[in-house]
Amino acid sequence: MNNILEIRGLRKKFYQLDALAGVDLDVREGEILGLIGPNGSGKTTLLDCITGIQRPTAGEVRFMGQRITGMKPHTIYRLGIGRTFQLVQLFPEMTVLDNMLMGIQESKGTLLTRLFRRDETDDINKALGLLEFLNIIHLKDELAKNLSYGQQKLLDIGMVLMSDPKLIMLDEPLAGVNPTLGKEIAAHIAELNRQGCTFLIVEHNMRVVMNLCHRVAVLDHGKKIAEGTPEEIQNNEQVLTAYFGG
Amino acid sequence: MMAVHVGRKWTVRRVLRWAFFLAVVGCIPIILGESSYHMYVATLICIYIITIMGLNLTVGYTGQISLAHAAFMGLGAYAVALTMLNGYSFWLGLLLGVLMTFGAGLLVGLPSLRVKHHYLALVTLGFGTAIYLLLCNEDEITGGFSGLTGIPRPSIFGLPISSDIAYYYLVAGFLVMLTIISLWILNSRWGRAFKAIRENETRAEMVGVNPLAYKLLAFAIGAAYAGIAGGLMAQLMKFIDPTSFPPEESFWFLLMLIIGGSGRFEGAFIGPVILTILQESLRGIQQLFFVFFAAIALLLIIFWPSGLAGLLDIFFQKVLKRPPPRLTK
Repeated sequence: MNNILEIRGLRKKFYQLDALAGVDLDVREGEILGLIGPNGSGKTTLLDCITGIQRPTAGEVRFMGQRITGMKPHTIYRLGIGRTFQLVQLFPEMTVLDNMLMGIQESKGTLLTRLFRRDETDDINKALGLLEFLNIIHLKDELAKNLSYGQQKLLDIGMVLMSDPKLIMLDEPLAGVNPTLGKEIAAHIAELNRQGCTFLIVEHNMRVVMNLCHRVAVLDHGKKIAEGTPEEIQNNEQVLTAYFGG
Repeated sequence: MMAVHVGRKWTVRRVLRWAFFLAVVGCIPIILGESSYHMYVATLICIYIITIMGLNLTVGYTGQISLAHAAFMGLGAYAVALTMLNGYSFWLGLLLGVLMTFGAGLLVGLPSLRVKHHYLALVTLGFGTAIYLLLCNEDEITGGFSGLTGIPRPSIFGLPISSDIAYYYLVAGFLVMLTIISLWILNSRWGRAFKAIRENETRAEMVGVNPLAYKLLAFAIGAAYAGIAGGLMAQLMKFIDPTSFPPEESFWFLLMLIIGGSGRFEGAFIGPVILTILQESLRGIQQLFFVFFAAIALLLIIFWPSGLAGLLDIFFQKVLKRPPPRLTK
């Protein structure tokens, strides 16, 4: 299986703290890779470094063979890496449909065609299709800020799906949503994965991680301490120590 | 399936709104009669609306802050005045003014990528002050404090625009044209990207928005609007000096926008109309006038941050029992 994302020796230093102390990690095409680890182990920093929000101190990230370290976040998104945030990040005073359209409009054409080419039929149909898939179609004209937290999480994911990213990174997609909606989101992820999406998921809900992910990687103190199938991880001494103490 | 466009459909209400707008703008001289003072105020209001429309794009829609708009207006005014006094046409001067202010807007927009909010306000204020001092001190070109006198009125296709009414219609023509352009931009993907930057810049970047490009555009377009307004102002006054465009004027513009309703298209119209009329009719109380306005502005910001446009919404919802019109998406 090909590696869609290759992380080599990634290091991020905040003053004296090594948030990432040389991480090597591969994401294989078509898989769901779970990324777990205790609080402060560097999971979100890792995502920030991949998406260009943070500049790594050392090391490199390759996406489909291309080096993306040092690129701007908007360029990385256009290459096909979508990402959601731990706390939902939407455009609150814009409608749900406009939020969805924001997910695609910058990936197509040039700056000038975005002003002059005004036909949006395809994008709108796609957005409506996705909203239907996520069960929030009835809210399409509502302002994003009026949605419930769970609906906002769905919209957050929907926005990313608009541009058909090759790799989707979800930062705690189930945090703060009720169990029913959590199951629904997990089912959406599994379904999208069947359709060919590769996922990198940061999640604390172990049951979901163990059921959903094909492989799991564990971070602790900025280092990868284990990697393997869910079964392997569940029985790994080092992981248990990191989580429950020695 | 019918093609769906970024822009909006022509509904009956929308046609009626345009008809109302054009009728008001067109009938002002008939209503106000021949009084040249009234025509002066009406023209002044139109010019301010153009400025605030530009400011609204930068501040209201893109969420940046500009305290350099008086300077942009000054640049436009001096471009037109100097071109005409050297014997060239008004249109050439206006073109130069637009290019200059567009460029100056790009320049002022650059720091917006690094500094935000109050800091950005200070940077833009600094730029505005620098332009003001330049206009004051480069007296070989600008005439310094003695200003530029005898700026002639323009002509269209050889027809001179000499009367106040004719000049009003020229400015009103610009107003209508610039309103259409502004709506056209705001209802495009650009408009959506502007708003996305205002709403959540980090997320906008994470869905592919190049913040530098859009912020520079927002500043440059906003500045160009002020440049056009400045050029028209030079013609209206027939005399300009640096104190016509002092840095503190930028605060006044911001006040007009906030009172009208920042980030609301109608806000750029309501603010200048009300504030200019009040300013003209309260000339008697002089300086007290600013105390009066500071009080109104404070009350509005505390209790009604969406400005008078927000009050209109309440009127629609509570009295007319229907959703308020949204002029931009």
